[in-house]
Amino acid sequence: MAPTLEHQVTETLSPQLMLPDLYRIQRLKMETGDTFTLEMIPDNGVSLSFLPGQFNMLYVFGVGEVPISISSDPSASPVIQHTTRVVGTVTKAMGTLKAGDAIGIRGPFGTHWPVERAKDRDVLIVAGGIGLAPLRPALFWLMSHREQYRKIVLLYGTRSPDDILYRHELEHWRGKFDLEIQVTVDRAASTWRGNVGVVSTMIPRAPFDSSNTTAFVCGPEVMMLFTVMELRKRGVTSAHTYLSMERNMKCGIGWCGHCQFGPTFVCKNGPVFCLEQIEPILGKAEI
Amino acid sequence: MIQTLEPIIREHPFFHGLDEQYISLIAECATNVRFEEDAVLFRQSDPADHFYLVREGLVAVELMIPHRGYTTIFTAGNGEVLGWSWLFPPYRWHFDARALHLTRALAFDGKCLRTKCEEDHDLGYEMFRRFTQMMTTRLESTSLQLMDLYGANA
Repeated sequence: MAPTLEHQVTETLSPQLMLPDLYRIQRLKMETGDTFTLEMIPDNGVSLSFLPGQFNMLYVFGVGEVPISISSDPSASPVIQHTTRVVGTVTKAMGTLKAGDAIGIRGPFGTHWPVERAKDRDVLIVAGGIGLAPLRPALFWLMSHREQYRKIVLLYGTRSPDDILYRHELEHWRGKFDLEIQVTVDRAASTWRGNVGVVSTMIPRAPFDSSNTTAFVCGPEVMMLFTVMELRKRGVTSAHTYLSMERNMKCGIGWCGHCQFGPTFVCKNGPVFCLEQIEPILGKAEI
Repeated sequence: MIQTLEPIIREHPFFHGLDEQYISLIAECATNVRFEEDAVLFRQSDPADHFYLVREGLVAVELMIPHRGYTTIFTAGNGEVLGWSWLFPPYRWHFDARALHLTRALAFDGKCLRTKCEEDHDLGYEMFRRFTQMMTTRLESTSLQLMDLYGANA
């Protein structure tokens, strides 16, 4: 079934939500030196319906379970993709999976990028590092409904030219001339012909109408804080700014409390929050 | 008809809101310049006798690191300002700058501007205020770059 925006996070505390569905690895693609995309299909043939920005709990049997954002095109089911970096035991084991290997999936969980609310507006996407992965489904969505949006601008900052994710897709989209893409890196050798500097510094000169813009932001929290400051200076309102937050998600359904973020749970009330909702607690060291 | 550079200066984000009298004054120190791809704008230790308002293109500010080669520290593109060494003794560049693409800019003669700032401290205040803001922004940006936010251990 195609994803609909009427989809809501399940409020019912069903034990079924704790049981993973079996998926098979179709392909593991290295994106950069330490980041890879897992492409998988459901063992039972039933497609997973998800919305841009939602996440799944991925279970490497015998090792453990981790939350990872869905990075594929919402309309490309039954194939589903997750992009992650090797950062711990589970993702390290995940990186050794081969075509045909089994993996467990629970989800999709959480809130989504409000692509419907952004209709007839400019859409500014600001991504930092692997924060581009949860925004990729939104980009697919926006590009497949291109006529419903005004300008679409992607500002993407990453560590170095070798760390640019989805390079071929970015080049393909940039070649279509209906998506403005600006990439910047933190450091580069002199052979790099593009921007060097932090992504938030591109906001003052980015081509969007701040009085009619919806911003989607995902990346390290410090990067998001500086991005929010620049968005405020440009006049993008908190009501039209959305951030994807990251905390230690375990159950995925607001039971365990591991991902508490002030009065909210990131797994259930997030990961995508309207800035208006979290502004008082964003960047607070105690939270 | 000779076109003055005043409209370009007035429109540039760096000088937004500057009094008309000062725009006319600083225009006297400005020239239009163009750099082909890979052209060097300045070299480390050379006299810092200009600063640039980039109108189009991209300029890399680079540092030569022994055993590593040239490393780009930041880039200045359309709407950005390049260079503040003209403001402070010993008026020497601390880095190299190279056009990554065809670049058009306004170049301001540093000595000419310093003289005007000495003569009119209100203009001097405006210039220092704008350059200080730019330096603060660059300092923040550099801090973020040094944090290696996107690294595996961030």
